[in-house]
Amino acid sequence: MTPLLEARRLVRSFGARRAVNDVSFGIAAGDALALFGPNGAGKTTLLRLLAGLLKPNVGAAAIAGEMLPAPEARARVGLISHRTMLYDTLTARENVRFAAQLHGIADAEGATQHALEQLRVADRAEVPVRALSRGLQQRVAIARAIVHGPDVLLADEPYTGLDEQGANALTGLLLERRAAGAALVVVTHALSEGLAVASHAAVMRAGSFVRHEATAGLDVVRYAAEYRELFA
Amino acid sequence: MTAPAPRRGAPTPPGLLAAAGLVARKDLAIEFRSRSAFLSALVLSLLSLVIFYFAWDPTAVAAVDVAPGILWVTFTFSGLLGLHRSFGVEQQERAMDALLVAPISREAIFLGKASANLAFVLGVQLVALPALALFYNLPLTTVLGPLAIVMLLSAIGLTCIGTLFAGITSNTRMAELLLPVLALPFFVPIVLPAAQLTAKLLAGRPLEESLGWLRILLAFDLVFLYACTIAFPFTLED
Repeated sequence: MTPLLEARRLVRSFGARRAVNDVSFGIAAGDALALFGPNGAGKTTLLRLLAGLLKPNVGAAAIAGEMLPAPEARARVGLISHRTMLYDTLTARENVRFAAQLHGIADAEGATQHALEQLRVADRAEVPVRALSRGLQQRVAIARAIVHGPDVLLADEPYTGLDEQGANALTGLLLERRAAGAALVVVTHALSEGLAVASHAAVMRAGSFVRHEATAGLDVVRYAAEYRELFA
Repeated sequence: MTAPAPRRGAPTPPGLLAAAGLVARKDLAIEFRSRSAFLSALVLSLLSLVIFYFAWDPTAVAAVDVAPGILWVTFTFSGLLGLHRSFGVEQQERAMDALLVAPISREAIFLGKASANLAFVLGVQLVALPALALFYNLPLTTVLGPLAIVMLLSAIGLTCIGTLFAGITSNTRMAELLLPVLALPFFVPIVLPAAQLTAKLLAGRPLEESLGWLRILLAFDLVFLYACTIAFPFTLED
C-alpha cells in the first residue's frame, strides 16, 4: 500500500552529534507506528522532522506525496508534544479555535466544540488555560492538535499528565483517527500504551531504528523483556 | 515519493493577510488579558518623562528644543518592552511550534506580530504624548495632525525592526539584553527623521518645510517592512 507518511533516509545533526541517522519508513493510511527508545535516542527530533519543524540535513519526508515542510503537507499534520503549545492567558476554547482558524476550518466554532467534547473538556472551555490542571491542559492541547481532522497525527508523549479518564479518551481518539484513515506516530516510554494503538512498533537508539516490525501477533510481555535487554 | 493525493473537502488555509490578522488578534487578546507589557511600557514612559522633567533646566533650554529628544528616547525604550514580550508568549509552552506547523506562511506570522506590536506602540504613544505636552507645556493641539502622521510612520519602522530582532533573540538566554543591543542601531534611521520632524513641528514650522525628512522616514519604513518580512522566516531555522 502507498504510504501516507513517508520518511526517506532522514539525517539530522546538531553540531557533531547525529540526532537522527539514516531513518527510512512509511506509514499507510490507517496504520500507526509506536516509537520507543531511551531519552536522547532521537525520537523527538524525528517527530519534529516529520512535522516540518526541522529541516533534515539529508533525506526528505512527505505526506501523501507533498514534501515537508510545504504548507500543503503541514495542513495535514496534527502535532501533540510534551509541551502543551497553548497560550495560558487564553481560554481552552480560544486556543482550540485559533488553531481551527489557522487551518481555515469554515465552521471553526463547531469544530472547536466537537474537539473539546471528544477530549471531555468542553465543560472547562471558558477557563483560561493557566487555571487548568496539567492533565486538563494536555487534553486541550490534544483537542488543538486534532481540531482540523489531520491525516497524520504525530504525538510525543501524549499521555503525559493524563488521568485514567483522559488516557482512555486519548486511546479511543487515536484508534478512532486510525479507523478514519489517519496515519499515526506515537512516541512514548510506556510500551503497553504504545502497542495498544499501534500497527507497527520501532525502537530507536542513537538516532537509528534498531527494531521495526508489525505488532500483529506480538507478545507484549516478551517484547518488553527484549526491549529492556536491548538497553541493559 | 508518490504523487500528491487530492484531498477532498480539505479546508482552505487563510491567505497572507487573513493569517496575519488572526495572529495579530490573538496577540492583542493575550496582551489585553494580562496588560503586563502595556502597563510596564506606560509606567516606564511616564517615569522617564518625570525624570527628564526634573533634570531639565527651563532657563537654559527651551521646552520645544528638549521635548523631541525626550519624546523619542522615551518611545524607543518603552516600545522595546512590548516587543520582547511578543515572542515571550510563544516560548513559554513552545506555542511557536503550533504556529509553525499550521499551514500559514512565516511572513504572515511576522506581519501579524508586527501589527500587534504597532498597536501596542501606538497605544503607549497615545497616553504618553499628552503627558509630555502637560509636563513641558507644549502647544500640541495646533500640530496634532502632522505629529500623528510622524508618530504613525515612526512606529511602523520601529515595530518592523523590533519584531524581527525580538524573533531572532527570543531563543537566546539573554534576550532582554540582546534585543536593545541589536535593534537600537537599526532604530537610528527611524528615530533621526522622527526627532527632526517633531522638533520642526513643535517649533511651529509647517510639515511642508520638512518633506525631505518625511520622505526619508517613509523610505525607511518601506525598506524595513519589506526587508524584515523577507528576513523573518530565516530567523526561525534551527
